[in-house]
Amino acid sequence: MGGDSDDSSGNSSDAGQKSEQNPFGVKEDAPLEVVIFNGGYGEDYAKAHEAMYNEKWPKAKITHSATQEISKTLQPRFVDGSPPDVVNNSGAGQIDQGGLVSQGALTDLTPLLDAPSLDVPGKKVRDTLLPGVVDVGSYDGKFYVLNISYTTYGIWYSTKLFADKGWTYPKTWDEHITLCKTIKAAGTAPWTYAGKHPRYMSWPVIATAIKFGGLDVAKNIDNLEPNAWKSDAMKASADAWHQIVKDGFILAGTPGLDHVQSQTAWCQGKAAFISCGSWLENEQKAVTPAGFNMAVAPTPSLGASDKLPFEAIRGTASEPFIVPAKAKNVPGGLEYFRTMLSMKGAKDFTGKVSALSVVAGSADGATLGPGLTSVVKALEASGSNGFNWVYQNYYRKLERELVDAACGEFFSGRIGPAEFLDLCQKGADSIAKDTSIKKYKRA
Amino acid sequence: MRHGKYPLIVAFLVPPLLLYGIFVLSPYVQAFQISTTDWGGYTADANYVGFDNFTRLFRDDYVWNAIQNNAILLAVVPLVTIALGLFFATMLNMGGRGGKAGVTGVRGTAAYRLVYFFPQVLSVVIIAVVWREVYHPNNGLLNGLLKPLGIDGPTWLGDPTYAFWCVLAVMVWSNVGFYVVLFGAAMQAIPRDIYEAVLLDGASRFVTLIRITIPLLWDTVQVAWIYLAIAALDGFILVQLMTDGGPNHSSDVIGLRMYNTAFGTDTRFGYASAIGVVMFFLTLSVAVLALRASKRDRIEYS
Repeated sequence: MGGDSDDSSGNSSDAGQKSEQNPFGVKEDAPLEVVIFNGGYGEDYAKAHEAMYNEKWPKAKITHSATQEISKTLQPRFVDGSPPDVVNNSGAGQIDQGGLVSQGALTDLTPLLDAPSLDVPGKKVRDTLLPGVVDVGSYDGKFYVLNISYTTYGIWYSTKLFADKGWTYPKTWDEHITLCKTIKAAGTAPWTYAGKHPRYMSWPVIATAIKFGGLDVAKNIDNLEPNAWKSDAMKASADAWHQIVKDGFILAGTPGLDHVQSQTAWCQGKAAFISCGSWLENEQKAVTPAGFNMAVAPTPSLGASDKLPFEAIRGTASEPFIVPAKAKNVPGGLEYFRTMLSMKGAKDFTGKVSALSVVAGSADGATLGPGLTSVVKALEASGSNGFNWVYQNYYRKLERELVDAACGEFFSGRIGPAEFLDLCQKGADSIAKDTSIKKYKRA
Repeated sequence: MRHGKYPLIVAFLVPPLLLYGIFVLSPYVQAFQISTTDWGGYTADANYVGFDNFTRLFRDDYVWNAIQNNAILLAVVPLVTIALGLFFATMLNMGGRGGKAGVTGVRGTAAYRLVYFFPQVLSVVIIAVVWREVYHPNNGLLNGLLKPLGIDGPTWLGDPTYAFWCVLAVMVWSNVGFYVVLFGAAMQAIPRDIYEAVLLDGASRFVTLIRITIPLLWDTVQVAWIYLAIAALDGFILVQLMTDGGPNHSSDVIGLRMYNTAFGTDTRFGYASAIGVVMFFLTLSVAVLALRASKRDRIEYS
């Protein structure tokens, strides 16, 4: 399966010959089974990718299916060793990636990265990707999960509301607090968040800390280093964020709202800021008033000594695709991924689902909504200062359950910043000392 | 005829027993076996780890927290549901001011009976979604009713002080209707002349309920108790949909812990099976205890 070798001595009947045009050794008539998560992106984009695959491999019969329950549908097939060749492992019924990796159920996708791009001449697939894409799919240095949609996490506001009221998005923490006072005085709540999924607020807290203390803040958290959650940067950030709780800057009743309810309140202008990822525009399509003009912005800088500039924003890849280790047509799966990551495939994806693809430059010339346009601008401004963290991929439970619970206590004002970090650290420690959970190190 | 008897019995019994064995018993047995492994759920390999999962479970604070919540459900839900069920059923069957015979229901009995049964017709998922909106802190029915009274309602499901009790209330609400009908049907079977005799002796309605109705309904109450006790040890669907165990695990139940360990935030099927095995024994012992504790002589009407 080593895609980098040009070894053609074997005449095995199962695999095709490897060549410059066929780096993975796809057998031309080998069937390919693709299972797509039928969620926000639908399945049409995948059908288009399948058609592109068939253009190159007309003899390959592609079996396409789409489901909302990836885990329930596919678990039995993983267990009896007959999984599909390509799985879009996404949605609420997603299979825990860390679990799949630790059980050796996935194919290492490194050959894909080293293969030449289908239609960007002279470049390897690796070199066509936006920063962070390889990092977020890697476990102990091996690349197992390909995420095809590029996502930004930041603070969202309505440029229309801000223009109407004469507010400017704050670049420093002090400006942020001053603006919150103005907003509150104007009768609007400055903040709201997904009260029932309070982990959404862990994102700005960690982002603020990384910008203050540098990339090691995130790396230590990802690697479960002792007291990573209680670093000076995290303390400074938690202290700062505590102020929006203390001073009553959060919309009343927020702890009882779920993500949809709080985002809707925000769209109705009941709150000025909300923390979310770039899927927000799509998710809120039905309830966003015309001319609302949502935009994303980085977290405010704590002070002049911040290690990263204000423009630095969290950029990462989402919408995971995997090739199971026991798939019948592993070369075909890799080739399908190469098709998705071709410029043609990426542009088609962006056009069909109005989300950014992980292929650099694929959004050029596309018409995007105001939210996505602001995402593209924010990413450009952030450039090489972009950052990310991955502990939620390694240890899903730590973010979804433990940090989530701690954020709920903190942002509803039941505990202070020190107790908040203690609670997060306690969660991280419980994962670290549990011998039944496989640990990963971030490179 | 005698010859044909056994083949006939076997022919009728074997298919259902076979189905029961395959689809009910064998998964139970498998769960016991899986609970002694570290199976991750997505490959066929699993290593035998003995009782590791159980010792881990014993030290897992989150599991204990969930068990504690189930214990509260077990103590409160059957008691409140049966009390309310008996009260409503009595009112519907013998609460009326009939005067003459004295054993009719309140006016509009048929309508009430229908309304009480509504929650039973709805799927649990719908109930959870509806109540989630009722408890909505800003637009919800509950805080909407409190506002005119000058009370700023709490955030209900967003507040660890209330979240668990909010779910418990919905659990009672969704169950009461069924037991009203169950107890009502059993009351219909009690001969009217007993009540006429008691009324002639001048007993009040309350005394009639305590001394006559409940003792005569004891079999039914006992069945209700066991059903409700088993339901109280579960509670998974309502909790998962209304609070997902939050805030900060305050409304967690053992079923949700098992689900999250296997399918939610973890893929530790071995450990989840161990939780399932513990749940199995808990439910079994509660059912046996409830049966023992409420054992009385059976009354037969002649």
